[in-house]
Order: sequence, then C-alpha cells, then structure tokens
Amino acid sequence: MQYMLIIYDEEKVWDDMPEAERNQLFGEYMEFTADIKKSGHFVAGDALQPIRTATTLRIRDGKTTNTDGPFAETREQLGGFYIVEAKDLDEARKIAARIPSARIGSIEIRPVMNFSA
Amino acid sequence: MLAAGAIEATFRAERARVLATTIRVVNGDFDLAEEIVQDAFAAALARWPAEGTPDEPRAWLISVARNKAIDTIRRRVKLREIVAAEDATEGTATSELVAVPDDRLRLMYTCCHPALAPEAQVALTLRTLGGLTTDEIARAYLATPATMAQRLVRAKAKIRDARIPYVVPEASELAERTEQVMAVAYLIFNEGYAATAGDSWLRRDLCREAIRLARLLVELADPASLAEARGLLALMLLHDSRRDARTDGDGDLVLLEDQDRARWDHAQIAEALALVPDALRGGPGPYALQAAIAALHAQAKAAADTDWPQITALFHELYRRTPTAVIALNRAAAIAMWRGPAFALPLVDELKGELADYPLWHAARADLLRRLGKQRESLAAYRAALARTTNEPERRFLERRITALTAS
Repeated sequence: MQYMLIIYDEEKVWDDMPEAERNQLFGEYMEFTADIKKSGHFVAGDALQPIRTATTLRIRDGKTTNTDGPFAETREQLGGFYIVEAKDLDEARKIAARIPSARIGSIEIRPVMNFSA
Repeated sequence: MLAAGAIEATFRAERARVLATTIRVVNGDFDLAEEIVQDAFAAALARWPAEGTPDEPRAWLISVARNKAIDTIRRRVKLREIVAAEDATEGTATSELVAVPDDRLRLMYTCCHPALAPEAQVALTLRTLGGLTTDEIARAYLATPATMAQRLVRAKAKIRDARIPYVVPEASELAERTEQVMAVAYLIFNEGYAATAGDSWLRRDLCREAIRLARLLVELADPASLAEARGLLALMLLHDSRRDARTDGDGDLVLLEDQDRARWDHAQIAEALALVPDALRGGPGPYALQAAIAALHAQAKAAADTDWPQITALFHELYRRTPTAVIALNRAAAIAMWRGPAFALPLVDELKGELADYPLWHAARADLLRRLGKQRESLAAYRAALARTTNEPERRFLERRITALTAS
C-alpha cells in the first residue's frame, strides 16, 4: 500500500534558523531519503520551492483566474512530500516519524487511492 | 429444549471473542465481521435448541463464523471475477483459530488506535468489545443515533482505507498504546460514573463495560503494563463500590464523608484491595496511586478515621508525576481535612489562575470558607460554582448549600 507523507513546515522557522542548524537538517533529510531508498520504501519524493513561488488557479463559469500565493493561508505550508510503500498505517507512521520536519512542523499521512483494486 | 435466553447469555459472554477472531479472519473488515457474527448467532438460535449446546460453544461459533467468512469472501471474489484469490485464512483449521492467543487484545488496540479520534475510539470500543448497540452508545453520550452511527462508520472506514493494522503493537510502541487503551477504558468509566444527565441504567452499564475492559487488560496486558492495569481495575472497582451510597432517594449527591458506608459494596472493595499492593509495586503509575487513595477511603470505618496524612502523601506523589491544577486542588482538599481549612485555603487560592472557570475549585473554596465561618465569602463562592456547573445533581447540591447558608 502506498502512502503520501505530506510535509508541513513553517517557512519562517527555516528562515530564522542558524545556518549550521539548517545544514544539519538538510543532512538529516539526505540521510533519511537514502535510507528509505535502500530499504525499498521510497516511491517518490521532493521538496518544494517556497510559498512565495506559488500560484493558485481556478476556473469558474469558464473564466480562469490566477492568484498569487497558496490556496490556503495557514501558519504551516506544504513544503514537500514523499510517497512510500508500507504494509500498513503503523509502518507508514514509523517512517513518517523519521522525517526531520516531524520535529519542527508536521507530517500528514494519506493513503494513496488505488484504482486497480 | 434450550431457552433462547440461555443461548443469548452464551452469546453475550462469547461475542467479543468470536468477533475479534472473525475480524482477523476477514482481514480487518469490521462491518463484514459483525454481519457474519450476527449470522453465526442466528445459526445457533436455529440449531442449538434441537441439537443441544455444543461442548465448546465458542469454538462452534468461531467455526461457523469462519466458514461463513470464507464463503462470503469467495462469493465476493467471484463477483469481481478475480481469478487468483488471496485467501490466507482457508488453510487455517478451526482448532488453530481457537487455540491462538485471545484476539480481543488486537481488537482493543485497533479500536484505540491513535489515528482514530478519541470519541471514535470510545464508540468503537463500546460497540465491538462491549457489544452495546449504536442506540445505546448514542444515549449514553447524549448524541443522536445518526451522529453515533456516522462516527462508527467513519472509524471503520478509516481502519479499512488507511489500513490500520489488526495487530498487537510491536514492543517499541506497546507501553504507549496500552496507556491509550487504559485511557479509553477510564474515559468510559468516568462517563458512566459522573452523575451528569442521561439514562442512569445505561450509565451503570458503561461502568460495568469499563470494568470488564480493565479485567481484560489485567488478564492480557504485557508484563510492563500489568501493574497499571491492576491499578486501573482497582480504581474502578473502588469508585463503583460506592454507587448505591453516593446518591440519596431523590437522586441527590451524597458527599463521601456523609455516605452510609454499610451500603458500599464490600465484596467488590475486598477484590480491589487485593489488587492494590501489586499495582503499587515498582514505581507506581497514576492509576495505581489513585487506586491507593481510593483504597484508604474504602478502608476507613468512618469518615473521621480516614488516613488524611497518607492520602496527602499519595497526592504529592501523583502531582509529582502529573502536575495538574486539578490534582493540586485535590491535594489541598486532603490537606484541609488533615491540617484544617485555614492551612489549606491559601493553597486553594494559589490555583485561581488556572482553575477560575472550574466549578469544583469554587465549590472547594466555598467549603473551606464555610468551615472557617466566613459566611458571606462562602456564599459568593458557592454562587460562583453554581454559575459554572452543568451537572444537575451538582447544581442541586450547591443550591442546598446556598439555602442553608442564607438561612443561618
């Protein structure tokens, strides 16, 4: 079963962090990603550019509007994701707990819809 | 000829175990398992009166449920025209199913999984382990049956769709998860015990269910959690032993010190007291400490004989582990009984910042002021408590106190 691990971070926390600490966290991310690739859990995953690069698009009554910024203004922003293969939610939770951002932001765990079942 | 009542009783006793195993057989599909267990019961009602009760009713029920499960899975597989069916359950003999460790433990951990909302954990536990109907649970929690049904449907859908495993958690998580199961059992007990509005018969049922859960934990818990499980069971038994004495004929609250101790359930107290020493062994947890406090109350022949210094010491220990304002308030109340209201009043006043909206803080203060003869201040505090309580018997109790003070 696949789960998407959606990483929510407060960008400000990353911005205000001393550089040494930020480098340390980046290092932990690299290590985590390498680990779950080696263990076979990794399916996909990427970090996203900051929220200031986001554009939100809607079409209503045939009319397209583009808005600068994210869909929802929240304290924590979508910062990246992994898709992992796990046997059940408990395994997915264990993997999610190793994502460095779990300690400073939060991780949403969502089962991926399987249309072939 | 067997009476349907006798079959019903057997079924009630075995239902949780049969259901727990059936859920495992159908790979965690709660709805399907419930349906199948209901069918197995119908089969028992149809056959046992003529054939006699089987020697091992549980094995019989599990075997019938298992066969129905396999039939249903096969039928579903056919319907979907899938050639290769994944059917791990087929090779499992009934005797193995009965011999395996009690599946109720898996059921308990799955119902109390941290990925489910607390109120869903409670509802699911009562529904599956307790066998309460959706309507009964709704009435106990003052929710509409539709809301409660919705809550159960959503919880079961999440178990299925997010694949919450039907297992006893692994060692690294076990203590934390057992704590959660205990918290759910205690929540159910408190809901039954707190004399808020609602059906009193059902509330007693909730207490009974919570006690059954605690017994199950004592029977099945991992060694590391056993002491706290015993503490939890003892605590529930001790509180519940006072159920007949804590309200009077009008349903009004009777304070512990005014209760007729002859009306306590002494057999139940004896059972609980036997559990307390083991519960306290090896760095006692919060349930064991609370059980020890309740045990000291239970052992006092009269209210005046209560060992308040010892109770104060236990509250100190409890506060050290879980430093909450409510525990500090209870400790102050024990100190008031031991060293007098004048000594305790400043300790209660200290908690104002945290407990200004808590009715029992105002009530405790009012009581100390009353005992100190500060009538006017006491009256004001009772009124403040009254303005904040939503509990009907509590409200009547406070009104009686206010009337008594106004008259004197």
